[in-house]
Amino acid sequence: MAVKNEYPSGKVAYINARLLDPATGLDTPGGVLTEGEIIADVGAGLFKKKDAPKDAMVIDCGGKCLSPGLVDMRIEVGDLASTALAAVSGGVTSAVCLPNTEPVIDDMSVVEFVARRARKLGLAKVYPYGAVTKGLQGIELAELGLLAESGAVAFTDGIKAVADALVMRRALSYAATFGLMIVQHPEEPALAADGVMNAGEVATRLGLFGIPPEAEVILIERDVRLAEATGGRLHIAHISTAESLDAIRRAKDRGINVTCDTAPPYFALNEAAVGDYRTFAKLSPPLRTEEDRQAVVAGLTDGTIDAIASDHAPRDEESKRLPFEQAAPGGMGLSTLLAVSLELHHNGHLGLLDVLRLITSAPAGLMGLEAGALKKGAAADLVLFDPDEGWKVNADALGGKARNSPFDGRPVQGRVLRTVVDGRTVFEPEN
Amino acid sequence: MGIKFIYSALMKQDGKDKVQFPHRHLLGIEGLSPEEISILLDRSETYVDQNRRADKTTPVLHGRTIINLFFEDSTRTRTSFELAGKRLGGDIINMSVDTSSVKKGETLTDTAMTLNAMHPDVLIVRHPHSGAVKLLSEKVNCAVINGGDGSHEHPTQALLDALTIRRRRGGLSGLLVAICGDILHSRVARSNIHLLNTMGARVRVIAPKTLLPPEIERMGVEVFHDMSAGLKDCDIVMMLRLQRERMNGNFLPSIREYFHFFGLDYKKLGHAKEDALIMHPGPMNRGVEIDTDVADDVGRSVIREQVEMGVAVRMAVLELLALGSIGGDG
Repeated sequence: MAVKNEYPSGKVAYINARLLDPATGLDTPGGVLTEGEIIADVGAGLFKKKDAPKDAMVIDCGGKCLSPGLVDMRIEVGDLASTALAAVSGGVTSAVCLPNTEPVIDDMSVVEFVARRARKLGLAKVYPYGAVTKGLQGIELAELGLLAESGAVAFTDGIKAVADALVMRRALSYAATFGLMIVQHPEEPALAADGVMNAGEVATRLGLFGIPPEAEVILIERDVRLAEATGGRLHIAHISTAESLDAIRRAKDRGINVTCDTAPPYFALNEAAVGDYRTFAKLSPPLRTEEDRQAVVAGLTDGTIDAIASDHAPRDEESKRLPFEQAAPGGMGLSTLLAVSLELHHNGHLGLLDVLRLITSAPAGLMGLEAGALKKGAAADLVLFDPDEGWKVNADALGGKARNSPFDGRPVQGRVLRTVVDGRTVFEPEN
Repeated sequence: MGIKFIYSALMKQDGKDKVQFPHRHLLGIEGLSPEEISILLDRSETYVDQNRRADKTTPVLHGRTIINLFFEDSTRTRTSFELAGKRLGGDIINMSVDTSSVKKGETLTDTAMTLNAMHPDVLIVRHPHSGAVKLLSEKVNCAVINGGDGSHEHPTQALLDALTIRRRRGGLSGLLVAICGDILHSRVARSNIHLLNTMGARVRVIAPKTLLPPEIERMGVEVFHDMSAGLKDCDIVMMLRLQRERMNGNFLPSIREYFHFFGLDYKKLGHAKEDALIMHPGPMNRGVEIDTDVADDVGRSVIREQVEMGVAVRMAVLELLALGSIGGDG
């Protein structure tokens, strides 16, 4: 893959594009003019007769889709440089990283450090979550207010649930003081205990301990009550079960301020992907049953699920080439976010704009980011893609050291042709 | 990685027909056909006879190297394999790997590749984690026998149980077998469920709900929580060992309570067929899962016979896999 830095301060005219802006519902042939780091003009009529400004570099989009760069509301960052590269190769221009970094993002200095390092790389923009509790220990509240002032966009203990009900109640309540959002990893740890995959027939056959679906819905129902009682702002991460969706649906119907997201593995795979102890399919939450997968698709279709996050979690070879019980959970997701999400469109569950909204303007709105829209004056973060071009996921070719994609070998449709961050092309596939 | 070799283990049986066992490894019972199971059991029979003679050896594995690789404590299974290897004239060595030293650095795959460099013909592997033996088999060039992996499978135990039953009852088809106790953690139960179902027996499991894995009925068993109902009309009663750490307040309130409801005594056994056989994979917890008199009942208990069959079955498995793994014999 090639990373180019061109025309850092000049004008670039993207002509002959199919413009897609989920924020406004725009789907039309047209063009975009960027000037320096911002979008100077955008519209259906733009460059109709190839009348791009003389001083602009012209990029002919060949009728392909040009949309706001993707916004990924949950990734884990191992090595920031390779993560940022994986992001732009997947068309992601803004991502929010979990606080389970080394050191943990529970201190203002770390918030600033992450943002500064990402800016220096000049690839995808990386925004940090702050920890809900100090050291992600689930005991004492972190400095939510100060962390927010330094740039933390929302708060979560990452891939650990805030398990203690009183701590969660206080977190929601205190965060509400400043209008901050708490994002919960919905898994009751006592019920998940020794579990390593979904509880059920497959786990029973493999002799593996299961994580029952109740572990998820129980925590969601508890936290919905706490959000209602405190007036706190609650977001549930990576919904994986049918029952969880019912709980969220009921909460939303009652007018409680709760939102949720899911990740591609939960609408594109089920527990059968574990097969014969495939550790790349060991995720948290675990892959569930086919009925659960279908319920997640239905939740995306009917709007119960507010956004899709990649759940990108790079793991090195050593932590995956182990007996299943010992292997680390987590799968890479940035490079496949667009293509796997587009399956929802290709399979007729959602329109193209609806899919894009779930990975652009919707997560940007949840996280309060100025991103995910094609509008004059906005940062020129764009992705050019062909929604139909087929390719096969090859874990070895996803870039970076890690190769743990749960989608390895999967034929997909939807290819990123160019990723633009702040007006600069930062990614184009080779050939 | 993951290259699948399928060899045919060609074997001369009494100098006449060649018998094929078309698998390179024995990782589990799941997936074996009734014919393949019968091949193993038939071959085991000849070794039962041989093991009762004064001279118990045949040098069919002369010059072959077998490594007993145990990542988990075991005396019985390891000794049984060791004896089986020696009686076939093979060079068998024991390697007990302290799992704590594995934690210090060397991974399972490193261990596998180190041993592979020594050119063994067969690796017998026991490991505390389900699927670990399969993972290891993908990294070596020799045949691998699963000596028990986590809660997944223990194929030679199921084969020796089947041989014991077959010799006593003439076959497996149509028998009603109850497996009782800690099904949740038991690889013996899973391998036996696969084998008995494959061979046409009917399987029941009897246990308190905390010791049953979810959706176990989808493995083709009838589930009971009451010994008298579950044992009714059974031909075979298989008891499972209950691990100490699961007894006190964790999965069960107490040993006393467990024995009262699920321990096999004469009263509960009275619900089974009059001539029902009593089996146990050992080592037994007398007074926990089985009453001591029942365990020692010479008319009913075949527990010691199971140990004897174990050596014969392991000889047959070693022979079929070792001769297959070089691909040229037979």
